[in-house]
Amino acid sequence: MSQFTIDDLKRIMRECAGEDEGVDLDGDIGGVPFDQLGYDSLALLETAARVEREFRVSLPDGLVGDVDTPAAFVAFVNGRFLAQTG
Amino acid sequence: MTGPVTGPRTRAVVTGLGVLAPTGLGADEHWAATAAGRAAIGPIGRFDASTYPVRLAGEIGAFEPTDHLPSRLIPQTDRMTQLALVATEWALADAALTVDEGCDFDFGVVTSASAGGFEFGQRELQKLWTEGPGTVSAYMSFSWFYAVNTGQISIRHKLRGPASALVTDQAGGLDAVGHARRLVRDGTPAVITAGVDSSLCPMGLVSQLPSGQLSERRDPATAYRPFGLDATGGVIGEGGAVLIVEDADAAARRGAPRIYGEIVGYAATFDPPPGSGRECGLGRAAAQALAQADVLPDDIDVVFADAAGVPEADLAEAQALEKLFGPGGVPVTAPKSMTGRLGAGAGALDVATALLAMRAGVVPPTVNVGDPAPGYQLDLVTAARRLPIRTALVLARGRGGFNAAIVLRGGPQPHDDEAARDGDSGTAGTEERSGR
Repeated sequence: MSQFTIDDLKRIMRECAGEDEGVDLDGDIGGVPFDQLGYDSLALLETAARVEREFRVSLPDGLVGDVDTPAAFVAFVNGRFLAQTG
Repeated sequence: MTGPVTGPRTRAVVTGLGVLAPTGLGADEHWAATAAGRAAIGPIGRFDASTYPVRLAGEIGAFEPTDHLPSRLIPQTDRMTQLALVATEWALADAALTVDEGCDFDFGVVTSASAGGFEFGQRELQKLWTEGPGTVSAYMSFSWFYAVNTGQISIRHKLRGPASALVTDQAGGLDAVGHARRLVRDGTPAVITAGVDSSLCPMGLVSQLPSGQLSERRDPATAYRPFGLDATGGVIGEGGAVLIVEDADAAARRGAPRIYGEIVGYAATFDPPPGSGRECGLGRAAAQALAQADVLPDDIDVVFADAAGVPEADLAEAQALEKLFGPGGVPVTAPKSMTGRLGAGAGALDVATALLAMRAGVVPPTVNVGDPAPGYQLDLVTAARRLPIRTALVLARGRGGFNAAIVLRGGPQPHDDEAARDGDSGTAGTEERSGR
């Protein structure tokens, strides 16, 4: 079961990094690369920090940099839950 | 005339203005208020200033950044950057200048800042101390940096020409315009030039208190009295202006809708060390800017003064002007008496105001002076004065000994338009001028 969903990600990204002109986050964006959605590496770091605080999960900066789509981000966060509990 | 010549004698002209100031959003609103002498200094409303000795500022009132910028930019920008980005858009639109991928190296960006994004920085430092390092925004890495406006303007408009940021306190706005002219002369066709500041937060205010240069009066009508008998200091403010500085030939080739004027001279000097007994460097900057522009003091129609509102600094400026122009030898004004001192925004806004004054043929007033200090020998303009303005001198000083001077010449086209539209202004102006 996923503890962290793509809707959580969208909400947090909107709050902490805003939404680019001409991008609809409500669409099917799971596989769209972050740079096409208007998010750069700093936006991802900012998002990761917020997810860490809200979901009490550790997301090392070095690993966040390898995540390139929202779907991969969600999988990465849920994988970290498992790693921490395991 | 000797001196360094950098490249061909390219003429650098101003083709677009974007103004965001306490006196108005946009150049038109700003000019209407400024010509009418409507001051915009009032109690600080951006934070609770009731426990601080300084409680007044020139604030930009009805500006909502989300009305003008994508939400993507809001979390990563301080107010000074939000103001600069919006003013840049307005300036580009005013100049009818668009950037396409083929010419992204043709656009330079020069900005000046005196504080950086202090409000953003203060908020994140507060989070650091109270909630821990994990809560500090990743955008802190650049958002409160002095050079942030140059970066954000370049990124937003995808510009790849020469980019720089100048930090010379209040002289910065003029230094940026001077540097833009240098870039144009070195071959960059267009330079976006911004002087925009905003640090109306406790940290921004507190950092300026030790200077002892701020007025602690509570009445907006008497707090900032440049060249006044009972001047006790300046008032801070926020905002500034963005100017599009272009190679005159390039502007003509692309059919720029208007030429506000030409930047014909620029000089910067440093003051001697405190206690040296030597005179300050402001007069030297002015004289060098005039020499570079190849104009005589008699050719200057109006001076936009730095106007610190601090008696010793006002006296030094008045003496420098007297030495150059003779006693009461040139109309002097300080529209910043309406906005407060905008840091790096001051010089850029004064250049914009001077160019607008040339178009209108009106010298905007210095307000709230009270009784002028009689020893200063200035022809201080305290009520708007009709006057044909062909050439103007703009001065600025920054803490730390920075002085800068710019000489502007009105664009022939607007001047002629104005004369045609408002035929009697020349006569009225001449009468006024002969009376000085």
